Amino acid sequence: MTNERQQSRRRSVRSPSIKGGRGLLMAWVFIVPALAFYAAFVLVPIVMSIYYSLLRWDGIGKSQFYGLRNYVTVLSESDFLQILANAFQLVVYFTVIPVAIGLGVASVIREQLSGRFGTVARTVLFIPQVIPLVAAGIAWTWMLASNGVVNQALQLIGLGAVTRGWLGDFDFALPAVGMIGAWVLLGLCTMLLVTGIARIDASLYEAAKLDGASPWHEFRWITLPSLRQEIGVCVTVTVIAALASFDIVYIATGGGPGIQTTVPGLEIYRLAFAHRQVGLASALAVVLMVLVIVVVLPIQWLTRPPK
Amino acid sequence: MTVAMPRPRSPALPSFGTISARTILVALMVVTLMPFVTMFSAALAPSGTYPPGLQWPADPQWGNFVDAFKAASMDKLLWSSTLIALGVVPLSVLIGTMAGFGLAKLRPRGSGVVYILFVLGLTLPFEGIITPLYYEVRSLGLLNTKFAIILPLIGLYMPFSVFWMRAHFVNVPDEMSEAAEIDGAGTWQQFWQVQVPIARPAIMSLAILQFLWTWNQFLLPVVLVETPLERTMAGALGAFQGQWGTNIPLLCAGSLIIITPTVLLFLIFQRQFVAALLQGAVKG
Repeated sequence: MTNERQQSRRRSVRSPSIKGGRGLLMAWVFIVPALAFYAAFVLVPIVMSIYYSLLRWDGIGKSQFYGLRNYVTVLSESDFLQILANAFQLVVYFTVIPVAIGLGVASVIREQLSGRFGTVARTVLFIPQVIPLVAAGIAWTWMLASNGVVNQALQLIGLGAVTRGWLGDFDFALPAVGMIGAWVLLGLCTMLLVTGIARIDASLYEAAKLDGASPWHEFRWITLPSLRQEIGVCVTVTVIAALASFDIVYIATGGGPGIQTTVPGLEIYRLAFAHRQVGLASALAVVLMVLVIVVVLPIQWLTRPPK
Repeated sequence: MTVAMPRPRSPALPSFGTISARTILVALMVVTLMPFVTMFSAALAPSGTYPPGLQWPADPQWGNFVDAFKAASMDKLLWSSTLIALGVVPLSVLIGTMAGFGLAKLRPRGSGVVYILFVLGLTLPFEGIITPLYYEVRSLGLLNTKFAIILPLIGLYMPFSVFWMRAHFVNVPDEMSEAAEIDGAGTWQQFWQVQVPIARPAIMSLAILQFLWTWNQFLLPVVLVETPLERTMAGALGAFQGQWGTNIPLLCAGSLIIITPTVLLFLIFQRQFVAALLQGAVKG
């Protein structure tokens, strides 16, 4: 009895935070190394990014204070607007395709992947997560080349007329890059959603069936709400991957043709290290960092677990 | 995980649902593996030719793998990547674990703000800070050395590491540390003798994730290290593509060799990797 009360007291108070003396020093000894690395290689660069974004600077000579003019350029010039729009268009492929397919597969399977087949499926579907994105880019560049396997397959089913060098095509390059991202993220999303759906109480579905619910109703009113958190995770991870994409685009198209597939990450790299427009590159970098947070926060908020 | 009332399932006659589920999964697996299969078929075509996407070559050129291995100096690359991973992962996991413990259990005044500072970094795109990082690393005189990759990566991994380890330590009952305190253990001994052993699964997952991220890191090596042989595998692959991009068989052979180490490790530690990747996504 006393023991129980003591425990509940402890749980409600938790260990008190340390206020002074040797304990305080010791506590910071634990935290400071991580904080130091983080400050030196993340926080300071963030502040410097903001500072550079207010300059006109070629990275070598003297810099000149430039106010917010770099931001005006980034947010009004049509090339920059297209580059930002490209990133959002990639979200459609990186996010919608893996989440939609993942949900479809999960609602058909609706149980834990077990047995040897389950292990094999899980292992295979995770391979894109362990290889470098660069390798995915090279593999798909080859698949989408004019004599690659994609066109080969199209010819086989009588669609020879639509074959082309997908990544060099003005209209299809960005969707083609999007497909590469979808391929990378498909397995992760599918496995997250399958794991999530297996946790849903099977009796819910049985009760729904007894009530004569259609498969659509089951999906809409049982599957979707129960998977809210998992969907949130998939959407967050894939949206960040799309907005902050670099590796795949760098390898597959280099941003071309024209700027059809140029994304903010690639443009930052080009502006800063090829065109020596450090100020402009930094303004775009700050816009990108803010954009990611602004997009991710509502997703987190909408899909957080109900308390 | 067993459910109280498993849905009836006869092993002899798989239901329609099971069959369609398996069909879909097999289709997904084919899509997932196709890029590797077509790279493999191309890698066996005569070097310098432009083979069709998928075709077993009449005269498979296994020598392409040897040529690609030499052309990319794969042995040196493996060594360089290993050194970089060894420079990053142990130190990063150690200080991340320490900070996670400090923020979850010791909570000195002001640590709440510090934690929020770390969390804010969780979504940071590396491109956002790559420009100042370049000038910083240059002024430290580290450009073109492995430290140009190692030191910034440790910093960049801190938000996730601290978040991940703190989430673990928050769920460890306080009774653990209280018992240790009664035994007269100081915070330092308590951390090593009580907390770290319990945290081993979380630490393992963190180490696996960081190893993968380091090995596959591309942006930092491309910007900060000019010599491909001082880079990570992924960074070197970018240079390899630049050099051999027109020789499809050699490029495919090289790419397959470069992804082999992580895929092999993944196949061996399949269970741990899948668990780490799934949890990593959920918590990140």
